[in-house]
Amino acid sequence: MAKQPDRRPDGLGGYIVHGVPFPVERDPDSLAFLKRMAPLQIEQDYAITYLHSYGQDSPWFAAASNKVLLGTRDANSGYTYATPRGHDMFSGKETDWIDLTDRPARIHAFTVCFFGSEEFLPETPFVLALIEFDDVNTLFLTRLMGMDPEQASLDWIGLEVKPGFLRNSKLKPTDVYFTPA
Amino acid sequence: MRPVYALSGGVSKFAKARPDKTFQAIVKEAYDYAIEDLGLDFEAFTALVDGSVASYFSDHFTRQLMAGIMAQDYLGLCPKPSHRVEGGGATGGLCFQEAWKSIASGHMDICVAYGFETMSHVETWKGNEFIALASDVSFDYPVGGFYSGYYAMMVTRHMKEFGTTVEEMAHVSVKNHINAFYNPYAQKRSRYTIDDVRNAPMVAWPLTRLDICVMSDGAAATILVSEDGLAKLEKAGAKISRPLVRVSGIGCGTDAMRMSDRPHLDYETFMRDYATEQEKSSGDTQSYYKKLWDHGTRYPGIHSFRAGRTAGNMAYKQAGVTDPLGELDFIELHDAYTSSEIQTYEDLGLCRYGEGGPFAASGKAHMPGIDYGMKLPEDPACPINPSGGLIACGHPVGATGLMQAVFALWQLQGTIKKHFNDGKLQVKDAKRGAIHSHAGTGTYVTVSILEGEG
Repeated sequence: MAKQPDRRPDGLGGYIVHGVPFPVERDPDSLAFLKRMAPLQIEQDYAITYLHSYGQDSPWFAAASNKVLLGTRDANSGYTYATPRGHDMFSGKETDWIDLTDRPARIHAFTVCFFGSEEFLPETPFVLALIEFDDVNTLFLTRLMGMDPEQASLDWIGLEVKPGFLRNSKLKPTDVYFTPA
Repeated sequence: MRPVYALSGGVSKFAKARPDKTFQAIVKEAYDYAIEDLGLDFEAFTALVDGSVASYFSDHFTRQLMAGIMAQDYLGLCPKPSHRVEGGGATGGLCFQEAWKSIASGHMDICVAYGFETMSHVETWKGNEFIALASDVSFDYPVGGFYSGYYAMMVTRHMKEFGTTVEEMAHVSVKNHINAFYNPYAQKRSRYTIDDVRNAPMVAWPLTRLDICVMSDGAAATILVSEDGLAKLEKAGAKISRPLVRVSGIGCGTDAMRMSDRPHLDYETFMRDYATEQEKSSGDTQSYYKKLWDHGTRYPGIHSFRAGRTAGNMAYKQAGVTDPLGELDFIELHDAYTSSEIQTYEDLGLCRYGEGGPFAASGKAHMPGIDYGMKLPEDPACPINPSGGLIACGHPVGATGLMQAVFALWQLQGTIKKHFNDGKLQVKDAKRGAIHSHAGTGTYVTVSILEGEG
């Protein structure tokens, strides 16, 4: 039998309390007692709306929203990036866009996340994978679909995969995902 | 450059939560301990110290910008010079090296490196989210940003290429947790077995909860000095432990933020630019690596940290270390994951790339005289994380690298029993040790060598 949790789930949230215990008197003994007081903790909301720019990487997101997977390449050396870089890390020169949509691809490494950051907890378990492409020098991080998270196996590494695209783009890197070819 | 000595240090108790104090007051716990260990009072030390370097990782966790100056202020160090250092998980190691530079350059004679993190102010999964923001927010974080996931991907590749096993990884967890059993500063002091590690809840396959360090609140401080600084302190009445501990080498390396961008270099480039001196001089090792490359290994890929190898090689060169396993008496290294401890064995040249798994299970990295509840095939050679490391001590990010420095200092002073009230973790006759601090998926890595003089 799987190990059962031995504690109830715990977290923030609760009642707002009005009135905090405090000595009635303000004589030296009472004030000295304050050093033995348990700490007060309050909850504060912490949320922002942030305007993020994809900058020079913007064409990648425009392409993904049109079901095209782009990479970049240094024109002279041919060094090719699966995750786009605006400038080559060796020559320092501006790279060119190339189409990787139909490029043969395989799983280079993967994991199944059973927990995650708060934003992604509702999506667990999910499979993260780094994808390698023929004649491409770097990798691409993606979600892998069509694999049973409970059956994770090192045999998945090397498996041929192909890109799929969201029907309705979110302009995020998850607009593209991969499935077994 | 001038010789730099680590004289004293302090560590707050690392805990899941310290709501009893603000971050400044937690830093002061560690700072006061370091001063008291010199035998000086607060005012006497304040009059002599030239400045400081502050270390903390995340403004998100503190929800306070310029927290460094608030610690500086609380410690009574204003208006002396100070600045904040930030480099992810390596923040503490970078801070230690910044303080070293302040002394070595002649800019200061007495410098305090202090660091902290208070991670308990948000729930664990929000904390994971904050930490994952230390990955590319355009291409990595939105895919499922989660550091345990990133490290799990690295280890599946390590397992595939080199045959590393989950049981070998679990050896690291058992070792570090049992070491920490004797360390009163550690957050987790539990005895686990290999089965306990493997049966713990799966977090990111194949890493379980016991393969991964925990979030913490805590602080640490280290005092570094020049020879002139030492003389000033002794003149003021400080009782300085002998042997003196000199920081004899520092190294730092970097790599691309996105794991996907790491290069996959050929054998010749690896041997020329990254092999250790020991590897370069061994025909057997060269033929071993040639075979790996013939089977498709490329360097560093995602299975290795070239930042760690770069930092190690740089520090070894400065300190004159040519055989790290034979010449280092212990290492406190950044084991945020059991798998990354194994990867780091290889980066630091304790074994060859691909041999970290068997090394973990060999017994060479274990402490002598401690019952790990299992029979290990070899004798200890260089205890790794005698303190219990991040996995058991906890990882209040900005404090961690400085905690390593303090524990290493105490090892080399031979004062573990004094500070831990138990001498079980004292490495006998320790003369030279290393500390290793590591950020991101291997983006910043520092290695510093400390050695006792005389």
